[in-house]
Amino acid sequence: MLPPAFEYAAPRTLPEAIELLKSRGDGAKVIAGGQSLIPLLKLRLASPALLVDINRIAGLNYIEESGDSLRIGALARMAEVEASSIIRKKYPIIHDASEVIGDPLVRNLGTLGGNVSHGDPSNDMPAVMLALGAELVAAGPGGSRTIKASEFFIDTFSVALNHDEILTEIRVPKRSPRSGGCYLKLEQKVADFAVAGAAVQVRLGSGGDCEEAGIGLTAVGPTAIKARRAEASIVGKDPSDRSALKELADIAAEESDPSTDIRGTSAYKRDVVKLLVGRAFDSACERARGDS
Amino acid sequence: MASRVPISVKVNGVRRDAEVEPRLLLVHFIREDLGLTGTHVGCDTSNCSACAVLLDGKVVKSCTVLAVQADGKEVITVEGLAKGGRLHPIQEAFLAKHGLQCGFCTPGMLMSAYALIRANRHPTEEDIRKGISGNVCRCTGYAKIVESVEQASRSKNW
Repeated sequence: MLPPAFEYAAPRTLPEAIELLKSRGDGAKVIAGGQSLIPLLKLRLASPALLVDINRIAGLNYIEESGDSLRIGALARMAEVEASSIIRKKYPIIHDASEVIGDPLVRNLGTLGGNVSHGDPSNDMPAVMLALGAELVAAGPGGSRTIKASEFFIDTFSVALNHDEILTEIRVPKRSPRSGGCYLKLEQKVADFAVAGAAVQVRLGSGGDCEEAGIGLTAVGPTAIKARRAEASIVGKDPSDRSALKELADIAAEESDPSTDIRGTSAYKRDVVKLLVGRAFDSACERARGDS
Repeated sequence: MASRVPISVKVNGVRRDAEVEPRLLLVHFIREDLGLTGTHVGCDTSNCSACAVLLDGKVVKSCTVLAVQADGKEVITVEGLAKGGRLHPIQEAFLAKHGLQCGFCTPGMLMSAYALIRANRHPTEEDIRKGISGNVCRCTGYAKIVESVEQASRSKNW
């Protein structure tokens, strides 16, 4: 299968890339790892007039803690995220997701920035970023701006980037004491899209109660979903309280909005959400306790 | 039609210059422009990895990379494994252990296994299964493939 014809540019700097996007309006599309976009081009589900390849722009591939954030450059490859010791030790929820995205070959090219900005509700990192309360940095003609993950995912394949903006950095609040997270995904086979996925990040109080919870859901709605009511339901509760956990999982399932498709019925997927949210919450708390 | 773009790619150690349409996939450049048909097109939908090659040392699906993106980079295909008429230890092991049935997935399996062992000289069975988890064998001959990779990792001839 051949993609439709397009023009191609591989600018060396961010301003050049932004200028190209600006000059071409909606006809230009950014390509990073290409592991979602190239398949879409081959299926002719996308036909941009111009592809702006950002892979040759230096300085967009880093994973570092600085100030009050973990900062990840948009071009960090998923395999690099997976291999990062900072992420494995201090942000295990990101590590969990990095291991189950696509397959090893996809992860060698696929980028964190692409996974987030593609806007596919089946991508795993959007839910993780919702759970973590991440911020996304977008560079455009007028400079950079920061967008909260909770305001980023607008609709399927639609995110809060203007056509002349490029996602340059993912910023995650630096891990606080007694916090932990977990991402779980049910998939039918390696590299398939998720049946459903759940990302849970918690912060426990000194007495062990849940002080803060972030919950993101994958593949059960038009976008990744932030389960706000479920988050609120568990705050102030004892994580070992099984009735509180059941309520949390039930509310998260209510907040999901899955479609019936080849991966299961809507009712089945809601049940999967319940199960995954409960298990991810327990693992997140266990990790948070291990960290005190 | 979009204008052609000049590219220069080092393939199996040899510099290859060409002018390509931007939409040309790396796998088609390798097979049709260079005539290296060892790299297979299996699913053509980024699922099976029969088309796996090394791009700057990392194993990738050559059906999911544009040829223009390989400009200035180094590609190793299955033809690049054997040296001086001698099979590579990976190939020797697949031969000895019957790591193939129909053989269609084999070039991709070899490249994933090669990348895996180069990164991890002593992989466990789990490492091997994870390492080839992106490669589909439609004959489902995975047991023998895993044994082959394990045997290859023990070879002294790397």
